[in-house]
Amino acid sequence: MKPAKLFGRIAFYALVVAIVVFAVFPFYYAILTSVKSGQAMFEISYWPKSFDLANYIAVFREQPFALNLMNSIVVAVAVVAISLFLGVTAAYALGRINFRGRGVLLLTVLAVSMFPQVAVLSGMFELIRFFGIYNSLPGLVLSNLILTLPFTVWVLTTFMRELPKELEEAAFVDGATPWIVVRRVFLPLMWPALVTTGLLAFIAAWNEFLFALTFTLSNEMRTVPVAIALITGASQHELPWGNIMAASVIVTLPLVVLVLIFQRKIVSGLTAGAVKG
Amino acid sequence: MSGRSALTRARVRAAWSFLAPMLIVLALVAGWPLVRTIYFSFTNANLSDLSNVKFIGFENYLAVYDGEWAGLLADGYWWRAVANTIRFTIVSIALETFLGFVVALVLNAEFYGRGLVRAAVLIPWAIPTIVSAKMWGWMLHDQFGIINDLLMRLDLISAPIAWTADPNIAMWAVILVDVWKTTPFMALLILAGLQMLPGDIYEAAYIDGVSPIRVFFKVTLPLVWPAVMVAVIFRALDAMRIFDLIYVLTSNTRETASMSIYARQQLVDFQEVGMGSAASTLLFLVIALFTIIAIFVGKVKLGQES
Repeated sequence: MKPAKLFGRIAFYALVVAIVVFAVFPFYYAILTSVKSGQAMFEISYWPKSFDLANYIAVFREQPFALNLMNSIVVAVAVVAISLFLGVTAAYALGRINFRGRGVLLLTVLAVSMFPQVAVLSGMFELIRFFGIYNSLPGLVLSNLILTLPFTVWVLTTFMRELPKELEEAAFVDGATPWIVVRRVFLPLMWPALVTTGLLAFIAAWNEFLFALTFTLSNEMRTVPVAIALITGASQHELPWGNIMAASVIVTLPLVVLVLIFQRKIVSGLTAGAVKG
Repeated sequence: MSGRSALTRARVRAAWSFLAPMLIVLALVAGWPLVRTIYFSFTNANLSDLSNVKFIGFENYLAVYDGEWAGLLADGYWWRAVANTIRFTIVSIALETFLGFVVALVLNAEFYGRGLVRAAVLIPWAIPTIVSAKMWGWMLHDQFGIINDLLMRLDLISAPIAWTADPNIAMWAVILVDVWKTTPFMALLILAGLQMLPGDIYEAAYIDGVSPIRVFFKVTLPLVWPAVMVAVIFRALDAMRIFDLIYVLTSNTRETASMSIYARQQLVDFQEVGMGSAASTLLFLVIALFTIIAIFVGKVKLGQES
C-alpha cells in the first residue's frame, strides 16, 4: 500500500472511532456512574473499578419509581394502541379511496405535527380539567395523542397507497364490506408498517415530558421522565447523581435494545415520515 | 356503469365513516385546544379559575398603563427568549447538518464494521431527552464532571468551567447536548439521500480522474441538497419549540430560556394563562409562518426543476 493511501485509511478509521466514542461515551459513563457508590461517586474514573447496585436499590426505595415505570408503560401502550387503531382506519380512507377533500385532510394532519406543544397547553389544561382527568393517566394518554396521531396516519397512509390495487377489488366483487377488507386484506399485510409506527409512537409517548410535567401533580402519577427530572437530594446543591444515573439506565436500556433490534425498520420509518413528507 | 358509481358512492361514504374517529380525536386534542389557547391570549385568564375570564383585547400583547408600555411585546425577557430560540436554532442546525454530513459520508463508505457503527450512532437518538440532559449535566458538572477533568488533563483549560451555570456558556452546553442527540437523525436522513444517487456518475468521474473533493462539491452536494433541505426544515420546526433539554439542563434560567420555556413559566409558574397563551400564540404564528415560507419556497423550486 502506498504511504498516502495508508495514511488515508488510518485517518478514516480514526474518524470512525471518534464518531463511535462521541456517540456511545455518555451512555457508557452513565452506566459506570450508576454502579459506583459512596465516595467513589466523586472520584472521576474512565474505567470501571467497582461494582455496586446500591443506587439501583435506592431509586426504588426512595421514591415510587416502580409505580412511575408502570405509569409510563400504561400510558405508552394505550397511546400506541389508540394511535394505531385510528391510524389504520384513517389510512385506509386516505390511501385507498378517492374522494374530494382528501389532499386538504392530509395537509391538515401534517400541519398538526408542526404544532408546538405549548401552543395547545392552556387549551389542553382546560379540557383535561373539564373531563376531570387532571393528575391521572387518562389525561396523559389524551394529550399524548397530539404527538403520535399525525405521523401514524401519515406513515400508514404512505404505506397503504403503495399496496397493489387488485387487492381489495376481488374482495369487493365477492361482496365484502370495507371494514372486512381492512381487517382481512390489509391488516395482515401491514405488520411491518405497524411495527415501525408503533415503535416510533411508543418512543414518543415514553419520552414525553412537557404534558406529563404540567398535567400531573403527585409523585404517584408521574411518568419516568418527570420522575427523573424531579429527583432531588437533601438540598438543591446535592443532587443524588448515583440514583439519577441508575434511573436513567433503567429507562434507557429497553429503548436502546428495541432500537438496535428494529434498526432498519426505524430508519425506514423515519425517512418515510420526513423525506416523503 | 351505474353499478360502479353506486359502488364508488358507497366507498366514499365508507371513507368518511372510517375517517370520522381520527378526525374527532384530532379536533379534540389539537384543534379545540389551539382555538382555546388563542382565545385565552385575549383574556385575563388565571390558572386557578379558567371559567371566570374577561376579554381584554390585545392587552396581553401590548398595552399602555400610566404612560408605560406593558405586555408581551414590551417585555425584555420575552425578547431574550426569542433571541435565545433563534440563536439555538441556527447554531445547532448548522452544526448538526455539517456533522450529519460527515457521519452520513462515513456510513455510505464500505468498511469493516459498518453495521456496528450505524447501530452506535443510533444510540443517542434512542435515549430520552430528559435522560440525555441529566447524563450530560453530570458529565458537565463543575466540580465532579468528567469533561472538566478531561480538558484539564489535556491542558486545554486551567480551571474548571461551570458549563451549565455560567450565563455566557450555558447556551453552548445546550447546543452541545442537542448536537449530540440529533446529529444521528440528520445523518440518517442525509444517508438516505446519498443512497439514492446513481452510481454511474461516480464511475464516470473516477475514470476521468476527477478528484474526490471536486466530485463531492460538483456532484454529491447538488444532488443531495433537496433531501438535506427537507431534513433542515424538519429540524428547524423541532428546534424552535425546544423545551425539555433547556428546562432540565440549565434549570430554567433566563440566560437560556426559549420561547416555550417562557410561555410555560407564565402559564404554570406565574398562573398567568392570558400572558402565557399570548406567548404560545406568537410561537405558533412564527412556526406557521416558517412552515408556509418553507412549503412556498420548496414548491417554487420544484416548479423550476420540472
